[in-house]
Amino acid sequence: MSTPILILIVLTSLGVFFGFLLAYSNKKFSIEVNPLIHIVEDVLPKGQCGACGYAGCMAYAEAVVLNPDVAPNLCSPGKDAVAKLVAELTGKAAAPMEPQIAQVQCAGTHDKAKRSYAYTGVEDCVAANLLFGGPKSCKYGCLGLGTCVKSCPFDAMIMSPEGLPIIDPEKCTSCGKCVSVCPKQVISLMPVGARVRVNCNSKDKGAVAKKACSVACIGCSLCMRQCPYEAIKMVNNLAIVDAKICEEKCSDAVCLSKCPTKAIRPFVTGIVPGTENEASTALACASCAK
Amino acid sequence: MEEYLKLFVASAITNNFVLTQFLGLCIFFGVSKNLNASIGMGMAVTSVMTLSSLLAWAAYNFILEPLGLQPLMLITFVVLIASLVQLLEMIIKKHAPALYNMWGIYLVLIATNCIVIAVPITNVELHSNFLTSLVLALGSGVGFALALILMASLREKLQYADVPKSLQGLGISFILAGMLALSFFGFSGMITL
Repeated sequence: MSTPILILIVLTSLGVFFGFLLAYSNKKFSIEVNPLIHIVEDVLPKGQCGACGYAGCMAYAEAVVLNPDVAPNLCSPGKDAVAKLVAELTGKAAAPMEPQIAQVQCAGTHDKAKRSYAYTGVEDCVAANLLFGGPKSCKYGCLGLGTCVKSCPFDAMIMSPEGLPIIDPEKCTSCGKCVSVCPKQVISLMPVGARVRVNCNSKDKGAVAKKACSVACIGCSLCMRQCPYEAIKMVNNLAIVDAKICEEKCSDAVCLSKCPTKAIRPFVTGIVPGTENEASTALACASCAK
Repeated sequence: MEEYLKLFVASAITNNFVLTQFLGLCIFFGVSKNLNASIGMGMAVTSVMTLSSLLAWAAYNFILEPLGLQPLMLITFVVLIASLVQLLEMIIKKHAPALYNMWGIYLVLIATNCIVIAVPITNVELHSNFLTSLVLALGSGVGFALALILMASLREKLQYADVPKSLQGLGISFILAGMLALSFFGFSGMITL
């Protein structure tokens, strides 16, 4: 027999043999995957954001179906609706989920926050932060280079012309991705029902903070003394509002009236704090510019 | 008996595939970031290597050589190893889920690794019989696991070291691997086959 034919026969029979062997063993050794896992995965939003603490939606679906101790409401992008569905599918009790939204605790727009140098490097907050903590004189504020905007898996953030990110309340799922990528830790998650918010992250003493930014919280504690429900505390020269107390007890936000720098403001979403006058157009304009 | 022992030590240490012949470096750097993963990977590689080289030995001696088709060795071995790994994955998934969770993705990675095909080819070159090819495969696997575990322990320690910025990550790992290889060079000449 000539060699080419021999080669053909040997290799073909090898291929066919292993092909059939694998096909057979695929049937023989198949394992039944709980079909519920795929149903649950279909319900999840598939942002693969990891807010639940698992490596993607599939991993969470597997965990929530197979492990009775995994809570059904860990998917924060899915909000209440998904939590309810997952709970229904897995037969677990659904604890209600408070809807949250990411907020940038900074109002230092281009005209309000001073700069100590002109930054011309990579358009990335982490990179800018490596260079003396970024170009802003305030070392706690938003750098405005949009690392969070790029990281948002749900396209809920845009960079406003004023140099601060705007968060779209419709699209924000409070997955916390922006919170974790921000090198300044200036973004936090807040309950949607909050009434007031402090738009500053500066832990500097009053005079220093005021020098760097005209809308800084100077730590004067006037708002704290105004509040009859003790919802505001001063931590490191910065007013911290307990949104829960606000939401439950307060009907008239007297804290807002006395603030000398207007660092504490009503809680509104979808605009850059301090630009309320142009509020209606801000979001629309920024999205056109993009 | 002495001959097998010599072969085992030679393949595991003096002719260590990773550190003296620089094969299988992608797994070596990819999986040596933590000790647990490297132990799992070492075990997986050892078992796959042993099984596949035995199968390859049989295929070479009973099919290729009698028919005079030795040049087809490489392609046959590739088919063999790829199928074997797939088969092994299915069996382990079904019968030993705990082991599967531990080996997981590593098992499939092995199918495309040069170190797994190097062993059957070495066997052919040495004209091994069944027993010597078994010993060689086992020794090479143990040698690979040893190198991987050594490297993983070093790299875990490295996390506390003050490494210059330009060398952080893979850079310092390569330097470390070079030093490790240098120390293994000390064994060379100890055993000659």
